[in-house]
Amino acid sequence: MAYEEMTGAKILVQALIDQGITDVFGYPGGAILPVYDELFQQNQIRHVLVRQEGGAVHGAEGYARSTGKVGVVIVTSGPGSTNAVTGLADALMDSIPIVCFCGQVPTHLIGNDAFQECDTTGITRPCTKHNYLVKSTKDLARTIHEAFYVARSGRPGPVLIDLPKDVSLGLGPYIPPADVVHKTYQPRVEGDRALIEQAVAMMAEAKRPIFYCGGGVINSGPRASELLTQFVNMTGFPVTLTLMGLGAVPASHPQFLGMLGMHGTYEANLAMHGSDLIIAIGSRFDDRVTGRLNAFAPNAKKIHIDIDPSSINKNVLVDIGIVGDVTRVLEAMIEVWKARGYKADAAAIADWRRQIEEWKGRNCLAYRHSDEIIKPQHAIKRLYELTKHREDVFITTEVGQHQMWAAQFYGFEKPNHWMTSGGLGTMGYGLPAAMGVQLAHPDALVIDIAGEASIMMNIQEMSTINQYRLPVKVFILNNEYMGMVRQWQELLHGGRYSQSYMSSLPDFVKLADAFGAVGLRAEKPSELDDVIKEMISIDRTVIADIRVDKAENCFPMIPSGAAHNEMLLGPQDKAEQPISEEGMVLV
Amino acid sequence: MSAPNNNQRHTIAVLVDNEPGVLARVVGLFSGRGYNIESLTVAETKPEAGVSRITIVTSGTIQIIEQIKNQLRRLVPVHTVSDLTIEGPHVERELALVKVSGTAGRVESLRIADIFRARVVDSTNESFVFEIVGRPDKLEAFIKLMKPLGLVDVARTGVVAIARGPQAL
Ligand SMILES: Cc1cc2nc3c(=O)[nH]c(=O)nc-3n(C[C@H](O)[C@H](O)[C@H](O)COP(=O)(O)OP(=O)(O)OC[C@H]3O[C@@H](n4cnc5c(N)ncnc54)[C@H](O)[C@@H]3O)c2cc1C
Ligand SMILES: Cc1ncc(C[n+]2csc(CCOP(=O)(O)OP(=O)(O)O)c2C)c(N)n1
Ligand SMILES: [Mg+2]
Repeated sequence: MAYEEMTGAKILVQALIDQGITDVFGYPGGAILPVYDELFQQNQIRHVLVRQEGGAVHGAEGYARSTGKVGVVIVTSGPGSTNAVTGLADALMDSIPIVCFCGQVPTHLIGNDAFQECDTTGITRPCTKHNYLVKSTKDLARTIHEAFYVARSGRPGPVLIDLPKDVSLGLGPYIPPADVVHKTYQPRVEGDRALIEQAVAMMAEAKRPIFYCGGGVINSGPRASELLTQFVNMTGFPVTLTLMGLGAVPASHPQFLGMLGMHGTYEANLAMHGSDLIIAIGSRFDDRVTGRLNAFAPNAKKIHIDIDPSSINKNVLVDIGIVGDVTRVLEAMIEVWKARGYKADAAAIADWRRQIEEWKGRNCLAYRHSDEIIKPQHAIKRLYELTKHREDVFITTEVGQHQMWAAQFYGFEKPNHWMTSGGLGTMGYGLPAAMGVQLAHPDALVIDIAGEASIMMNIQEMSTINQYRLPVKVFILNNEYMGMVRQWQELLHGGRYSQSYMSSLPDFVKLADAFGAVGLRAEKPSELDDVIKEMISIDRTVIADIRVDKAENCFPMIPSGAAHNEMLLGPQDKAEQPISEEGMVLV
Repeated sequence: MSAPNNNQRHTIAVLVDNEPGVLARVVGLFSGRGYNIESLTVAETKPEAGVSRITIVTSGTIQIIEQIKNQLRRLVPVHTVSDLTIEGPHVERELALVKVSGTAGRVESLRIADIFRARVVDSTNESFVFEIVGRPDKLEAFIKLMKPLGLVDVARTGVVAIARGPQAL
């Protein structure tokens, strides 16, 4: 069959259409102009003009995480591509599917230090799942379809295509997606049957089991969360979620113990520590989660389900590693559980849950309420209470204490409604991510829970948000500090608050106004509810500047180098347990 | 489960698409994740399919070796990763060119070359270049013996390896 010939730029646009893409995030420049010319002459794809390329990638991440689709970014060569690097690294760490097109100088100039040239594929090789430099228009259509396939298959991630200007101007055949099959990249999705049988048998034997599930459940699609919840119900086992997994089982589920890890709940961490079987599903034993490795869950057997074989036995050696997609493996496990007529050891599980209830009784998330000053925890709690009746609330965050408080105090009932930068921990993620979420869900209530320091990192995207009339709500827990940094300095560096206080913060109410948004402020607990209600009721972009206690720290906390059973539950604990030398070097 | 902590040497054969950047990907993976490379060789072995074979000699604990293989398998242009060290008997070979200069040790160097079945591939009045093929330890033994005899230069290919028996990768 003869394929139609067209310019590279046109091939790109046609490929996006055929991939079902309706929105792209980008910023033009010399090397990518042919593509922008082509975008101008069509109306199937909406282009969102960001204010900095970093915003484009985070925007695409929010879009992708909230829809399950691939996010698309278009930037120019040189500074355009280097500005995109942080977002690519972020998407790689958090397994977010992105395809990023970068303009490049024409092929005959590559390597000559041409204007706005940089070695984009070299720079982005370690922070993408895969990348391509397309040297001929005839390869372009195939490469683009392959890139989408790679981005969304297996463990999702960012894929970059470097596009020299002569390739987008030249002519080549347009090959449709159906005619492109990847030769070698075929990730395994079906779990090994024998291992699944063994794992399920192990579960039926367990006395103190726990499900420890993560972002991979979200990556696998909403069905995975349904199946997980079903399996949790069938077995009666307790379940904890990572930061990336929140929403994979409803927060209101009676067996849900909250988040685990450094700022996880007392009950979740002690349950991990005391368990005899951990069933890890789409979670990667991150150091924020395990604490000191040689003290991690010392008596537990471990089952690990992950689509990426390199996640298995990486940090923690497991007894059964099952490579496959969460949905497929859970389907098979539930089937085996039913077919073999397995029952959990009811008496043992009841004892175990009683023990966990006791731990819960410590009420580890308690904080001292005040009528004088807004406690940040209280602010999130009220935000949750005043929005939880709605089905369509999406929360994004920046990075810091506010992020952890959001994870602890906002309850997520469904997957894909919580967007946060977990692996890279990128301040400045939340605002552009919220913009991406709102574009995909125009009528939803999208709230960026922010810190006053983080929000400054991509504040320019307020202008994009204004341009597209996106009613994003920015809920700033303003403690005037890089709170998370201040907390570490208090605990580890003798209270020497080196460079963690920022003077000359903007007046966020006026700043909102300058960006065409509405600015609100709450300074006292008595004003909080009204401000939240007003923020929600305004059908426009809002920045709510919530002045919170500057000295509040985020607890519980497993200090660096400590184990799950060595948590600090509050300020009173810190004097008793000095942080070890080994812990000091950790981040 | 707990893993033994002692380092092991493994020879890993990787079949990859021969496309630009593939070697950088593999090398970047090793340097970025702090793995050892004792030797790395690469050449196209199936030109009609555009496939190259990379032979890597590395060392690490069992857990690290497992990670290395899984990380290699994650790379999109990688077809197969085989750990020759654990997959059965295999043959390992390396070639070295060894230059010895000066007149004092000429006879002795020829005698040793003969024992090691090294060939003379270049000679002048005051130098020889020997070509020697074998396992890396044999090459090392030869090079060590050449040192007092005027060794001035060595070039080594790095290890190539292949499984014994009829099976292909
Ligand atoms: C300030 C700060 C504090 C933090 N504190 C905590 C904390 O207290 N607790 C906490 O949990 N985290 C915390 N984090 C986040 C932490 O750094 C990690 O990002 C997070 O723990 C990783 O989550 P995860 O294990 O669910 O893995 P993810 O990063 O979500 O990875 C997903 C895993 O699932 C696999 N996978 C993907 N798709 C599939 C599929 N379809 N089928 C099967 N498997 C799949 C992937 O291969 C991968 O192994 C913090 C981050 C910051 C910035
Ligand atoms: C881009 C970037 N730079 C630095 C850091 C290190 N860091 C982590 S949290 C934090 C402070 C965040 O302050 P703020 O946004 O005010 O949040 P708070 O902790 O006060 O809630 C910093 C500097 C980071 N995560 N990201
Ligand atoms: Mg702050």
